[in-house]
Amino acid sequence: MPTDFTLPELGENVTAGDVVRVLVNPGDSVAKDQPVLELETDKATIEVPSSVAGTVKDVRVKQGERIKVGQVVLTVDDGGTAVPPKGGAAKAAADEGAKPKPQPAGAATEGGLSQKAPGQGEAAASSGGAKRAKEDAGQGLADQPEAQQAESVAESKPRRGEVVDISRGARATPAPAASAETVDQGPAAPAAPSVRRLARELGVDIRRVPGSGPGGRISNEDVQAFVRGALAGGGAPATIPPGSLPDFTKWGEVERKPMSNIRRKTAEHLSSAWNQIPHVTQHDKADITSVEELRKKYASQAEKAGGKLTMTAIALKIAATALQRFPQFNASADVARNEIIYRKYVHVGVAADTPRGLLVPVIRDVDRKGIIELAVELANVSEKARAGKLSLDEMQGGGFTITNLGGIGGTSFTPIVNWPDVAILGISRAAFEPVYDGKSFQPRLMLPLSLSYDHRVIDGADGARFLRWIADAFEQPFVLSL
Amino acid sequence: MPQSTQVVVIGAGPGGYAAAFYAADLGMQVALVDPDVNPGGVCLYRGCIPSKALLHVADVLNEARHAEAWGVTFGAPKIDIEKLRAFKTKVVNQLTGGLGQLSKQRKITYIQGTAGFRDPRTLEITREGQSQPETLTFEHAIIATGSRPSTLPGVTLQSPRLMDSTSALEVPDVPGSLLVVGGGYIGLELGTVYAALGTKVTVVEMTDGLLPGADRDLVNVLARRIESMSEAVLLKTKVVAMKEAKNGIAVTFEGEGLPADAPKERTFDRVLVSVGRRPNSAVPGLDRTRVKVTARGFIEVDPARRTAEPSIYAIGDVVGEPMLAHKASHEGRVAVESIAGERVAFEPLAIPAVVFTDPELAWCGLTETDARKQKREVTVTRFPWAASGRALTLDRTDGMTKLVLDPKTERVLGVGIVGPGAGELIAEGVLAVEMGANATDVRMTIHPHPTLSETIMESAEVFFGQATHVYRPRKKA
Repeated sequence: MPTDFTLPELGENVTAGDVVRVLVNPGDSVAKDQPVLELETDKATIEVPSSVAGTVKDVRVKQGERIKVGQVVLTVDDGGTAVPPKGGAAKAAADEGAKPKPQPAGAATEGGLSQKAPGQGEAAASSGGAKRAKEDAGQGLADQPEAQQAESVAESKPRRGEVVDISRGARATPAPAASAETVDQGPAAPAAPSVRRLARELGVDIRRVPGSGPGGRISNEDVQAFVRGALAGGGAPATIPPGSLPDFTKWGEVERKPMSNIRRKTAEHLSSAWNQIPHVTQHDKADITSVEELRKKYASQAEKAGGKLTMTAIALKIAATALQRFPQFNASADVARNEIIYRKYVHVGVAADTPRGLLVPVIRDVDRKGIIELAVELANVSEKARAGKLSLDEMQGGGFTITNLGGIGGTSFTPIVNWPDVAILGISRAAFEPVYDGKSFQPRLMLPLSLSYDHRVIDGADGARFLRWIADAFEQPFVLSL
Repeated sequence: MPQSTQVVVIGAGPGGYAAAFYAADLGMQVALVDPDVNPGGVCLYRGCIPSKALLHVADVLNEARHAEAWGVTFGAPKIDIEKLRAFKTKVVNQLTGGLGQLSKQRKITYIQGTAGFRDPRTLEITREGQSQPETLTFEHAIIATGSRPSTLPGVTLQSPRLMDSTSALEVPDVPGSLLVVGGGYIGLELGTVYAALGTKVTVVEMTDGLLPGADRDLVNVLARRIESMSEAVLLKTKVVAMKEAKNGIAVTFEGEGLPADAPKERTFDRVLVSVGRRPNSAVPGLDRTRVKVTARGFIEVDPARRTAEPSIYAIGDVVGEPMLAHKASHEGRVAVESIAGERVAFEPLAIPAVVFTDPELAWCGLTETDARKQKREVTVTRFPWAASGRALTLDRTDGMTKLVLDPKTERVLGVGIVGPGAGELIAEGVLAVEMGANATDVRMTIHPHPTLSETIMESAEVFFGQATHVYRPRKKA
């Protein structure tokens, strides 16, 4: 009996994702919990395990496609009788035929070629056309030949941990629509040309604007009200019209690349945080000469445990204790209700620089863990982050963030608070500096610290106290146990 | 000729000159390149304008004949073909000369010649009468090279008797018989001209109806008239061979539409091939840019009419259907605004199409045929001109006005009109569609009496079952 496998709930607030690749083909047998799909959501690439077992009859999604929770991914025949793959393929083709975007027969799912814009429909229709479409897709696919990709899908053994940048190929620059054909695609919004132009200038999709006129006709005022609403709405970042860009090609060659999901999300999240939070950044320096000696001393112990005793691991522990002393730093502002929410737990995010962009894995219950234990956990999540294997859960729930750029350099910086947190600690590179001890200058290893905080929740004096407490803890670790 | 310019427009048809003029009005430095001595392109020199001059003459001839029914009889018309041609030429020269003046007043560099691309920022322009190309560097180019008549596949005959729309508009003579190959608007318009001048016209069309694409109820009205003016209208019939005969061109037909007793081969004094138009996308050196051309020969553009090469835009017939002058002009303005850095798109809700036959046929927006294809629920209201006082005074009651409406919102999605003056009347329909007007808006707008425009208002009243001059109560739900 054929059973549909639908995209399950993937985590809080996750409703959809882009298919990075499909790991099974019609005719393959799948076991329960076998990964069948790699999905890129807003923050993580996830392998989606099957909840059903049997023979794949039909794959209903394709690479590059954005799919929603609840959408049918596969049809699986669990009767145990082998389904002739041909039948499955034919059915898939028939299904596709009914959909607006036909998939070239036999072209399977590689490279999202079938996603080439509607204007190129004629190219995709024939096999010769498929070749042409491939050429059109150009360098984007050059590093992963069509055949090879198809093969890797057929083997259903994806190289684990490899992240395919789906912004290439699948989401390649949409080819321009042929022309006026776009005009009669779907019902057009009931708005006069001048109103449609205003919406375009303001960066508003006219189809999203509710019209107040008869029959839902959209007026200038409706568009303006929509923009005002979006701006006041807070949460969802408004589509504030960016200034129009100059033509960069006037001065030389340029290349346009689509933003990855992570880049887009980072941009949205940080713009929103920057817009909402009145930021203050406080700088200080901690003398870590003796801590550094201790760190070296215990480094091998951490290594044995499978971790690396870094300054970040030590900072984690210090920050956790500081957060217990200063609960307003482990809080969030609920502006709508005029309340401040204090967390009774200490989960701390650590910004990680990965090939795919900025990710912030969260270490839980930092207050209840020893430094060695934290070092091990930190090494683990960093590795996962770099491999693109972090689950969404592992990136949620933090109340404070540490970002350490010391490994790269710099004397100080102004980190942006990771909303809904209210503070973030930035660490720069430690350096020996002459410090006057009352008699003479001594060479001391000084660690620059930069604390950005939400001035709505935290006052300047508290900010200075909190950061000074952290600096003291670096200098005299015994305060941790006071 | 300057060595560089901000904007260069290649082709000075209604798309190209509109773009060039607008760019100049926005303060840009503009060059306009075209092989003709003045701006105008096919539309003014070899298309819309000369054909309308001739169609006006045809109208007068038809009206004069029609006048017999009202007790006014003229003698048989005497046609001075030289003078007729001179009238047409005068119209063309006056308009194109005027455009030349407007171009000068705007300080546009008009270059009579042909252009090709050396690279995405440089054109090689060969001026008329020169052999060495000169170079012109540009910040932005707009390709507006238009289209040309298609030829009949498989026919290689070269003969002065074999005409395309360009040579037919020259009116070399009034042939005794003319075969029009292709029942599209160009063939029907020119067929109407020649029929009015006294030629026996035969129309042959491959598909099962004239004017493919237009709603059948409108076409039927026109088809009746075309049938009565012509010798024969052969549908579902193809021309398979043509050869030069003693006194004309011998044409061999094939197809199920051919009457059984009709000869397969017939000789015509002249043959007009009007089987559509092909885009002029073979601009030299285009392969030195990133501009992409589709399999059908159209240049690919984005909604702002920009090609895959950021410095190059393309507009008009060369980027796609419908190949109409007014669509090209509008696209030209969009392209210029995009060049000026504005965020714009070519997104009309309605592009009017007009066939200037007698009667005229015009439509815009959603057709009933398209609505059916899209499975979109629509209400179609029709107002027959037999109920229009103005149509009666013209003794032309065969016309019809129809509205395609959204049944829920009453919104006007499309308008179709057949009858004398339909081409002028359709403009109101376009405005209604673009403004998102609904049936109430249209019926509550006072239309002048007695005019044919009232038929649009009354079509809207039909939606409510309350048209003054038609009793057609709304079905009870």
